[in-house]
Amino acid sequence: MKNSPSLDEQLEMHRKMVIVRRLEERLGELHKAGRTRGPIHRCDGQEAVGIGATAVLGTSDFVTSTHRGHAHYIGKGVDIRGVTAEILGRATGTCGGRAGHMLIGDRDNGMIGGNAIVGGSIPAATGMALSIQVRGTADVAMCFFGDGAAQTGICHESMNMAGLWKLPVVFILEHNQFGLTVHHTVQSPVADLSIRAAGYAMPAEIVDGNDTVAMYRAVATAVERARRGEGPTLIEAKTYRMQGFSTSDMGGYQSDADLAEWNRRDPIQVSRRGLADAVSAERLDQIEAGAVAEVDAAVEEALAAPLPTFELFTRSSPYATAPEAV
Amino acid sequence: MAMMRYAEALNQALREEMQRDSSVFLFGEDIGRYGGVFKVTKGLMDEFGESRVRDTPISEQALAAMAVTASMTGTRPVLEIMYADFMPLVLDALINQASIYEYLWQNVTMPFVLRTQGGGGAGAGAQHSKSLDSLVAHIPGIKVVAPVTPADAKGLLKSAIRDSQPVIFLEHKLLYNLRDEVSDDPELLVPIGKAKTVREGTDVSIFATSRMVLESQKAAELLAQDGISAEVIDLRTLRPLDLDAITASIARTHHAVVVNEGWRFCGYAAELSATIMDFAFDNLDAPVARVTLPDMPVPYAEPLELSVLPNAARIADAARATLK
Repeated sequence: MKNSPSLDEQLEMHRKMVIVRRLEERLGELHKAGRTRGPIHRCDGQEAVGIGATAVLGTSDFVTSTHRGHAHYIGKGVDIRGVTAEILGRATGTCGGRAGHMLIGDRDNGMIGGNAIVGGSIPAATGMALSIQVRGTADVAMCFFGDGAAQTGICHESMNMAGLWKLPVVFILEHNQFGLTVHHTVQSPVADLSIRAAGYAMPAEIVDGNDTVAMYRAVATAVERARRGEGPTLIEAKTYRMQGFSTSDMGGYQSDADLAEWNRRDPIQVSRRGLADAVSAERLDQIEAGAVAEVDAAVEEALAAPLPTFELFTRSSPYATAPEAV
Repeated sequence: MAMMRYAEALNQALREEMQRDSSVFLFGEDIGRYGGVFKVTKGLMDEFGESRVRDTPISEQALAAMAVTASMTGTRPVLEIMYADFMPLVLDALINQASIYEYLWQNVTMPFVLRTQGGGGAGAGAQHSKSLDSLVAHIPGIKVVAPVTPADAKGLLKSAIRDSQPVIFLEHKLLYNLRDEVSDDPELLVPIGKAKTVREGTDVSIFATSRMVLESQKAAELLAQDGISAEVIDLRTLRPLDLDAITASIARTHHAVVVNEGWRFCGYAAELSATIMDFAFDNLDAPVARVTLPDMPVPYAEPLELSVLPNAARIADAARATLK
């Protein structure tokens, strides 16, 4: 099939999904134990969207993310130890503890970055694509956003310009059914938001967001199109948010039937079934155990790492209000 | 040197910087084929093409957010927002995006310029006449400049384009036709963060930016008729402030009047007043006087609009009051 991932790529996507799942589970435990700070937005059940889509990209491509970005960070190649330490507010974090889990940015890996203003990632990627077009390189910008963000005005403004100027951007609508606690049926009159793409003269595709291989194929086609200068694509990845909005969500609005149905479609299990013919169960177990051990080591390392210390700004800093901070 | 209008000086700055650096590009509403509502970008699309000079849809929110990330990824965008009154539409891009990343991520720069024009006096009504300086000067990590002369307009715009941080460039609709001498040296820059003494004096210091500098100079003439020697300082940059110039002037005159065309309550003049209290209190012989727009919408009809805009007479009255 066109644009299918190689076996090695498929195994790497599987490994990265297990890394993200383990990270989310460990963060859940640490939150319950009172060892995290602030809300954490887990992406359990949605890992295939971010991991499958970013697997297509190179280092010089750009990704913009949301408040729920752990799979995007890991997929784009940000170091798991740095991410874990950042989430735990340590000096050794990707951003030295200044950013926290929603706002991780790593310029060297093209992950710029998390964005916790809902809808903010959409013009961000569009602006990067404008920069790519003005400079005339073959890079692409990839935008992750949710069904909640799809209802913002800035989504329309951005997609209109992306379509108008044929910008090299791939919009990944991570449709996890909920905007905070409100179901998508209470936020939009249409179930498939990708029908809007017609209004922006861009192709759209609805993809099983719990299947890394399906994500990879659809996104690879969109990325090729963007690199050829033919413009943006909207990928609507259907998935489901298995955990609450954040670790502070009290729950009570997700039906047991839905949870059971989507649990049956767990992306890690879907991936295992897809690999079953090509790879032994023992090898997959081994890969998964390695991923779990890597996350556990990152968590232990982060917990043992120093907390950051505040440093005053110099007068030349953009944040210095001279001269009290000199 | 050549005589030219303020709008032409800005046009020359844009042209020179686009010739110098191919990563500089312009976008905004009506700036391309039409050359801008105030003709600042006239002729630039013909010279630099439709990729580097883009007419855009009316989408200010996204445009400003796009300027932030385009600047983060290898270009130097100059975005025109047609009226300062539309700045509320772009505040998320400034406050929640541009302001935070240099601190959070540290290895990014955001060399974009947002040009806009504000101010009253043209009969443009309550949604096209405001000065919202304090709204943007409030934001950490963003520089704000507001030149009054054609020479400073050119030199500061060139500095803004070359700066590695976001710069809000505030123009005034009544200044575009102001003519004065401008250097044709493409490397002559006016530094951001440096005020200029436009009239020396010994009795009272008047601090202003943009068109209010002209009114302050007229006020100084009025005061001179009464034997009062007023010093007029054109701050040129609203943030970061040239604190040394402010404190040095007050050390000479011991009296301060701050002028801003925006609202009074929580306005830019209030910040100037508080800053002077912080750093020059011991040299003051009287409280700082503020001259601002009253806290109300800018009215349309000429006698109504002229009743609310700060002017030379009001600035002179405020100066006299501090000297009583």
